Amino acid sequence: MKEFKVTPIRNGTVIDHITVGMALKVLKIVGVKDDVNSTVSVLMHVPSKKAGWKDIVKIEDRELDPKELDRIALISPNATINIIRDYNVAEKFVVEVPNVIKGIMKCANPGCITNKDEPVEPEFVVESKKPITLRCVYCDRVTTAIAENIQ
Amino acid sequence: MDVVSIRDFSREQIEHVLKLAEKMVPIARGEERSVLLEGHVLGSLFYEPSTRTRLSFDAAMTRLGGRVLGFDQPTGASVAKGETLADTIRMVDSYCDVIVLRHPQEGAARLAAHFANRPVINAGDGAGQHPTQTMLDLFTIRKEKKKIEGNNVVIVGDLKYGRTVHSLSEALALFGAELTFVAPPTLQIPKEHLKQIESMGHKPKISSSLDEVIKDADVLYVTRIQKERFPDPAEYQKVAGMYRIDMNLLKDVKKDLIIMHPLPRVGEIDPEVDATTHAKYFDQAFNGVPVRMALLGLVLGGLK
Repeated sequence: MKEFKVTPIRNGTVIDHITVGMALKVLKIVGVKDDVNSTVSVLMHVPSKKAGWKDIVKIEDRELDPKELDRIALISPNATINIIRDYNVAEKFVVEVPNVIKGIMKCANPGCITNKDEPVEPEFVVESKKPITLRCVYCDRVTTAIAENIQ
Repeated sequence: MDVVSIRDFSREQIEHVLKLAEKMVPIARGEERSVLLEGHVLGSLFYEPSTRTRLSFDAAMTRLGGRVLGFDQPTGASVAKGETLADTIRMVDSYCDVIVLRHPQEGAARLAAHFANRPVINAGDGAGQHPTQTMLDLFTIRKEKKKIEGNNVVIVGDLKYGRTVHSLSEALALFGAELTFVAPPTLQIPKEHLKQIESMGHKPKISSSLDEVIKDADVLYVTRIQKERFPDPAEYQKVAGMYRIDMNLLKDVKKDLIIMHPLPRVGEIDPEVDATTHAKYFDQAFNGVPVRMALLGLVLGGLK
């Protein structure tokens, strides 16, 4: 019989198929801090049929907003979002990397004007989705170093 | 219309600028008078020192009957008091008709264009873009060689950090020139730029020896090797000396080889070379004036 390491949740979100090693980054993105009132479960290095290994994050009583989904897509483009309502999967979808990224990560170029104290949100054009490659709209720097620069 | 990056322009658009610049030459030389931009004001914001770029923009605007205001160093301005670039731009935007910006931070011109209602011309943003330099380089090659396509352009020097090299080489590839990059391995052209050029259907030659490739060159584009990039001064001396252009090197070159340099030069070209027909770097510096006249005319609506 299959052993459940984490029990099913009643309401909330299960983020499955997270790129292995990225679970803590996902927690940072969804803002899990001390003042959380619900249970958050993290499974790291779980066997996966698709990718060999994966991470999973379960957040009870919480659904994610579009900006959070964009951030997750950037660091883990194959993650699936399962929205659970009353123990049932109400919605299930794979995150989608948007074509333009605005305000959710900083430019990897320390000399970029957006890293100075200017009133602008960093903005990137997605040049390639596999692997995710971004070009800064301001300084033109191309980067694949996403996880390090996500805000 | 802003002039932020050479990538924002198609080949046709650049050719149009070059054609208009050709018509501006007699005015740039002072042989003809023009009131094309009379009553217009250029806001010239130079956060970094510059001789050629700033003076040639001043000359271009003045020759077309316009006026220039601004600063050539940020000290004393509210900038030194900690004002953001965005705020300075919004203020200057209300005082003038076009903004010319030189700034040490990459992407500064794009940010300025975002906040300004008036057109913004990028006069160099840190290690980033310097589109008017690229256009005047193209103008110089076209003027001297009649066309850009098919010329074998050898670019030598600091190809890794050199500001002008990356946008110039992409533009040259766009125009169908053959490219040869000469640099020590540590200062060779970055892979992503090489890929970009290859994606345009070109296969540039890579070499560390100028002697090997100079005989076939139609254009030799020399850039400064920047001392501050080297942790060890002895290493700098070695590299800088490797690519010194002197009469000995020019023994077997093509008769109509032209030598270009964005200037300032610091020992890369022997002054003896100045007197040869190969030397075009001072003509190149002059060409900044008609090219910037054409751009000012276009963005201010005086030219179509």
